[in-house]
Amino acid sequence: MTQISELQEKAKRVRRLIIQMLAKAGSGHPGGSLSSTDLITALFFSVLRHNPKEPSWPLRDRFHMSKGHCCPLWYAVLAESGYFPQEHLFTLRQLGSMLQGHPDRRTPGVEVASGSLGQGLSVALGMSLAARIDKLDYRVYVLLGDGEIQEGNIWEAAMASSHYRCDNLCAIVDYNGFQIDGRTCDVMNLEPLAQKWKAFGWHTIEIDGHNMQQIISAYDEAKAVKGKPTVIIGRTVKGKGVSFMENVVDFHGRAPTKEEAEKALQELK
Amino acid sequence: MAEQLYQRDVYGQTLVELGREHKDIVVFDADLSSSTRTGVFAKEFPERFFNFGVAEQNMMATAAGMASCGKTVFVSTFAIFATGRAWDQVRNSVSYNNFNIKIVATHAGITVGPDGASHQALEDISLMRVIPNMRIVVPCDGPQTRQAVLLCASTPGPFYVRLSRPRIPTIENKGDFKLGKAQVLREGKDVAIFACGLMVASALEAAENLAQKGIQARVLNIHTIRPLDSEAIRETARSTKGIVVCEEHTVIGGLASAIDEVVAETCPTRVARVGIKNRFGQSGEPQDLLKEYNLTSLDIEKAALSVAA
Repeated sequence: MTQISELQEKAKRVRRLIIQMLAKAGSGHPGGSLSSTDLITALFFSVLRHNPKEPSWPLRDRFHMSKGHCCPLWYAVLAESGYFPQEHLFTLRQLGSMLQGHPDRRTPGVEVASGSLGQGLSVALGMSLAARIDKLDYRVYVLLGDGEIQEGNIWEAAMASSHYRCDNLCAIVDYNGFQIDGRTCDVMNLEPLAQKWKAFGWHTIEIDGHNMQQIISAYDEAKAVKGKPTVIIGRTVKGKGVSFMENVVDFHGRAPTKEEAEKALQELK
Repeated sequence: MAEQLYQRDVYGQTLVELGREHKDIVVFDADLSSSTRTGVFAKEFPERFFNFGVAEQNMMATAAGMASCGKTVFVSTFAIFATGRAWDQVRNSVSYNNFNIKIVATHAGITVGPDGASHQALEDISLMRVIPNMRIVVPCDGPQTRQAVLLCASTPGPFYVRLSRPRIPTIENKGDFKLGKAQVLREGKDVAIFACGLMVASALEAAENLAQKGIQARVLNIHTIRPLDSEAIRETARSTKGIVVCEEHTVIGGLASAIDEVVAETCPTRVARVGIKNRFGQSGEPQDLLKEYNLTSLDIEKAALSVAA
């Protein structure tokens, strides 16, 4: 098991890549990529059973990023894991690139496209039920945005996942409290969020989504739950790690300028 | 009197046949498994059948996750919900990923009958035709439904198969069934009649009546709307005085539009459209509705006379 300090270092490296990719691309979504970084870094480098040299290994755990606009994070952890050479990261959003502005299957390690919000929990449910048919013991993880779960499709999938008792399924909510038009509590309140998931029959874990120890413990707890799916609600800070991006809604969907990127990289040393 | 079959009965039986042969066939439904007949498969293969309740969007996107794990997923509900309610899921999760997902929708068209406008899908072909990767098959009778279902199971990628609610007559001697190859059901040099689904039987009836008036109609069953048999359409456009297109569907965006696109680009000719003209449906018995919406063999005959004149 990877040490906590190693994961923290890895997360810092992933954040640097996100800033560099977005600055090069000139557009994209830094805020939610940075808020989810610790949750997903821990998953990829300490939890997920996968083999980047054999992306279609039948026993691999599945990961799907339903909040597809945060793909800079996904691409960074895929490159860091060895799914493709890192130089590809700097082609993000360019014509002909294998790294699209929202994820699709031309990227090694991406199994299902996303971007139109609200569909990824269903995608994960499908992967979970396929494991049941094939009697395989892989697990399925899916990252959801907090704004995203305003989509009705999410709650259809939440109902179905507990109906089918999908205990190999773990959803992660990046609860940074912001969406494009402002604070989630002002735009469309999600509270009481944990009670909603519990009422839908999910094992619900609330953590500090930047505390590696809590993150790892939550994934361990999820693995041990039987008969129901688990949701990890990670309380996070939008733009985490870069002082002038933290809790600034403008950085939901704006890339840092060259100068901002340099400043951000200084902070992420 | 010709044999009359429910296409959905044939669908259910064919699914069971496929289920026995292929362990990777999985079937989804959204609380309509008795109407769509996927319930027959559910009974025999409960471990490969999933009911999603009244939640078509979730069903469609879940099919994508399932298909990403190597399964061929048949997804069924009424045409109105499969193509309308879940359109974004069909576009982004099914077709963009080019997955082996076969949307077999029943209760298409005005002949849904008494349930009325909310349940009568008159625009489903249009909605599917604008999505890249999606193949569209509209079988004309029971036996062709079996052929279509077997074909889409063995052909990679997403499909939309459109089935009707009522019993429809079986058409004899249709020849080979191949994806994207129109079937010439009757030869004639004066006028051409193109049809799909249950309109094929009416097209043949119209051709018979026209023959008695000395007009020879060439009748084509355009069972595959995508990929379209452009070659057969062009050849027919060049060798007849005009074309009548018949569909139990809006004339905007469906078979008629597809034909128009082909002939307008390469061999302009007169095209008359027998279909639903910018109206919603309503309650009524199927035969009465077909009359009310001008979808009978008599309407086809009139249209043929106008283009042949």
